Amino acid sequence: MFRATLKGLLAHKLRMGMSAFAIVLGVAFVAGTLVFTDTLGSSFNDLFRQTAPDVTVRPAQASAAAAGGFTGSDTRTVPADVADDLAQLPGVERADGNVTDQGTYIIGKDGKVVGSGGGAPGIGGNFNDAPAADGSAIVTITQGHAPAGPNEVVVDEKSAATAGFALGDRIALVTSGAQPSVTGTLVGTIRFGESGNLIGATLALFDTPTAQQLYLGGADAFNDIAVTGDGSLSNSALRDEVRTALPAELEAVDDAEFAAENKDQLQQGLSFITTFLLVFAAVALVVGTFLILNTFSIIVAQRTRELALFRALGASKSQVTRSVLLEALVVGLVGSTVGLGLGFALAAGLKALFSALGLDLGEAGLVFEPRTAVAAYAVGVLVTLLAAYLPARKAARVPPVAAMRDDVMIPESSMRRRLAGGVVLTVIGAGLITYTLAFDGAVSALGGGVLAVFVGVALLSPVISRPIIAVIAGGYPRMFGTVGVLAKENARRNPRRTAATASALMIGLALVTAMAIIGQSAKSSVDDLVKSDLKADYVVSNAVQTPFSAAIAPEIAAVDGVSASVPFRFTGAEVNGEQTFLSSFDGQSMSEVVTLNLLSGSVDMGSDGVLVEDGRATAEGWQIGDPVTVVLPTGPADLRVAGIVKSSPFIGSEIVLPPAALEAGGIAPVDSIVYIKRTAGADPAAVQARIDSVLADLPTVTVKDQDAFAADQRAPVDQLLAIIYALLGLAVIIAVLGIVNTLALSVIERTREVGLLRAVGMSRRQLRSMIRLESVAISVLGAVLGIALGLIFGISLQRSISDEGIAILSVPVTQLVVFVLLAGVVGVLAAVWPARRAARMDVLRAITAE
Amino acid sequence: MTHAAPETDPAPVGLGTGTAAARAVDLHKIYGSGDTKVSALDGVSVEFWAGQFTAIMGPSGSGKSTLMHCLAALDDATSGEVFVGDADLTKLGDKELTRIRRDRIGFVFQSFNLVPTLTALENITLPMDIAGRKPDRQWLDTVIKTVGLADRLSHKPSQLSGGQQQRVACARALAGRPDIVFADEPTGNLDSVAGSEVLGFLRHSVKDFGQTVVMVTHDPVAAGYADRVLFLADGRIVDEMWEPTSDRVLDRMKNFDGAHSVPAHSEPAHAEPAGV
Repeated sequence: MFRATLKGLLAHKLRMGMSAFAIVLGVAFVAGTLVFTDTLGSSFNDLFRQTAPDVTVRPAQASAAAAGGFTGSDTRTVPADVADDLAQLPGVERADGNVTDQGTYIIGKDGKVVGSGGGAPGIGGNFNDAPAADGSAIVTITQGHAPAGPNEVVVDEKSAATAGFALGDRIALVTSGAQPSVTGTLVGTIRFGESGNLIGATLALFDTPTAQQLYLGGADAFNDIAVTGDGSLSNSALRDEVRTALPAELEAVDDAEFAAENKDQLQQGLSFITTFLLVFAAVALVVGTFLILNTFSIIVAQRTRELALFRALGASKSQVTRSVLLEALVVGLVGSTVGLGLGFALAAGLKALFSALGLDLGEAGLVFEPRTAVAAYAVGVLVTLLAAYLPARKAARVPPVAAMRDDVMIPESSMRRRLAGGVVLTVIGAGLITYTLAFDGAVSALGGGVLAVFVGVALLSPVISRPIIAVIAGGYPRMFGTVGVLAKENARRNPRRTAATASALMIGLALVTAMAIIGQSAKSSVDDLVKSDLKADYVVSNAVQTPFSAAIAPEIAAVDGVSASVPFRFTGAEVNGEQTFLSSFDGQSMSEVVTLNLLSGSVDMGSDGVLVEDGRATAEGWQIGDPVTVVLPTGPADLRVAGIVKSSPFIGSEIVLPPAALEAGGIAPVDSIVYIKRTAGADPAAVQARIDSVLADLPTVTVKDQDAFAADQRAPVDQLLAIIYALLGLAVIIAVLGIVNTLALSVIERTREVGLLRAVGMSRRQLRSMIRLESVAISVLGAVLGIALGLIFGISLQRSISDEGIAILSVPVTQLVVFVLLAGVVGVLAAVWPARRAARMDVLRAITAE
Repeated sequence: MTHAAPETDPAPVGLGTGTAAARAVDLHKIYGSGDTKVSALDGVSVEFWAGQFTAIMGPSGSGKSTLMHCLAALDDATSGEVFVGDADLTKLGDKELTRIRRDRIGFVFQSFNLVPTLTALENITLPMDIAGRKPDRQWLDTVIKTVGLADRLSHKPSQLSGGQQQRVACARALAGRPDIVFADEPTGNLDSVAGSEVLGFLRHSVKDFGQTVVMVTHDPVAAGYADRVLFLADGRIVDEMWEPTSDRVLDRMKNFDGAHSVPAHSEPAHAEPAGV
């Protein structure tokens, strides 16, 4: 029996290949995501391992968020004499002071920033040869010599190669320190760690006095001190020893603690990528489920005679079920295996993509954890078995007597339960959506509602598809005569199959439509917001999304024709034990360049006031004057609510601190944005040109007028949409394969009928167009259902997040019409192969086929 | 009733005399309901003696296939009892019926019904594979030799002629040593030469192996190979013939085709005992 199953499987390789394709894609996403994030994680782990000395001494960190770097650079320092004292401790071999800056970019000969795309930092600091905990040098000179004196700099060998620098070249750098623009002579190249892999970051180092001058205002101090033991103590014992010698404002962590802090931070960063990719894996698998379900239903229908024979020869119901499930198991295993391989290719592709974007993960190979294989097979096999379960159950209902008759069909189970389930789910889903919108419920409730409606409509689709097909194919008889009549009836004759085939396309298109609506709404909202709330005439920002020197804003303020130049900062801190993004600006100046919708209190924060967005204020129950404790690197700062404002992207976070509070808290004064207002009557072009000249030395920092700023804000929406479309495109491809599969199998099933039509005089061309028309009807059905659902989901999603920067609903009607037309084209394409196959059938053999 | 049969004609059925391999008691099978109600079997009582070759004949729609399906545990009756050995099929669930089909019944179909992806040998051992049993090697060899397929075992059905395919099907039916073999128009798709080969083989299995065979056919020549012929019309057994020849069967068929239709419809229901 199993042999019969397996041999049957081998005899239908193509059919199985098509259903396995869905599994392959889904599993590839799962495996690719896991392999890629593991690789990313291991690259960063290597990085941290190569960075962490035995013991690090630094200003005491008030919270885990601060320790992990969430708050950005710390302005507090460790006095230089601490390093000298530590070096004298027993068990300590050496203590090296580090000066580090996260915003020092190397400028290439073309005036552009070297490397450093994708938000990777440009690291600057002082050069020393302190070893990491594993004994390897953190930084080694590969060419030339160490920097000495105010004019010498060394950079990492990769950046030097990329930029085409030779030793002795004068090179320019941009720093986020007090002196934004720096030049120096390249006297050496360095390698970071063993592999030189900086994961996209660049490295530029000076001698210690120069670095202290550039980044610490000339103080003889360090950001931290790397303590290296002489081997007599374990790192944790060394840490304890070092601790006893430290004043209260300093702390010591060993290499394990240091790595753990960074790892936590990293994992949060990576979880976004992981979630994003896994969502698409889920979409591919859900769509694939329909395809597999359909394929197996058809296979079971085709094998009715054979299954009846098995039953007549004594196979039990469960044996028949098992034989179909075995088939599914094999398909699942094969699909998962291929998917796993493809997942590797996908991960390699992602790695190459990130590398192209500047986040180079180095030469190290992809990381394969056993868990990846387990997850890949579990997902692939489980989904296939799940999808094949219903057809397998149906197979068991084949009566043995069917082996003796020609006309026995598998008894169809009643649609009543299915309908009831569909109606219940749709109603529940619609209820959840309405509830979420009406009472401002959680987005997760909306998601649940959407999912319920999806499944509900998919269950109902056999019923609703008949009238819709009747409309879609309504013109067929008039336009195509008998061929049209036949095509229309063929599309309607097996509503379950038609509906299941169309459902796969429906899901893909519903998601695409919802995304198109959200994207379009986001873009319209940006335009509207810039028009209504941005009073500034120019916006200065950093192309690499990292902050820039605070010296820039005052320089621009001094430009002729500028009436206001208001800096805006970002940081993060713990508020009520929760990591929160904070923004910082002077409230009164900011209200001149941006509309702050003050609901109560005042925008004047003084030195200890905060502005709070209405949402957070409501959630926390804050009133004007209430105390707010923000944990900054130096410790908890006791602030009070000065004003409550309406949420706006220009405020950028839930809580706004005055710049003074940030600096007192130990956060380096670096700006992310500067808003600029022109003096009335000044010439716009001339003012912009003058600002440009201020920024001439800083290629990463650019000034934009309102229109360019709006375009700048729209660009990431388009990029994100492009990625989402590409990924959802995969779901559509799976759906198209589903149509091909269904049509091809229907043709086989109707061999006799096709033969008859040909025998009574239908031409091959007519036969092909009959099948093509059926295909178009199915795909347009999928598109119509999908777009209808997508409209509901897109609109309700936009409504539910309307206060998060997507205030305006905008439906891209043209795009939706194009989707429907594309679905028609998809239908034509999907029919090519099945139609050819049907047309090539030998008439006589077709008629006499069993 | 059938008890009389051995007395009237004891000679050809020495083997298994007195044991019924299968029997039906007052069997009714009704399809549909209301106006579309069709009575396919109308109170059939019949016994099939072990070691006998019985042919069931009758015109299309006489209920002969339905009778066989009910006897073979392929279909369930509306009322009445069906026994295979001493198991009452009408009282059994799907599991037990499956077991009976698997262990005690063999089938030969009109359209061969071989699994196209399996070789001849794999098709023959399929019922045992399903049951998870090892075939009895010696018996298997005997069967294969008898049907003359020893050199065709690794062929797929598509590489065999119709007669060869049907002989594979016969071997499959016999390989598990069933209590009874049901053959549904086994020669319906074969030419006369291939047909006589298959019939000869069935005959041979009864004579030499003591196999019980029940065959539905409307070919008088095929019926001539049987020990006994039952004639069905309108869901009832209307006659039987022992040691038939094709000529006698043909005569009887002509005869009763014309003769039975009037009385069959004029009779009060169940007035006449069905069967013999």
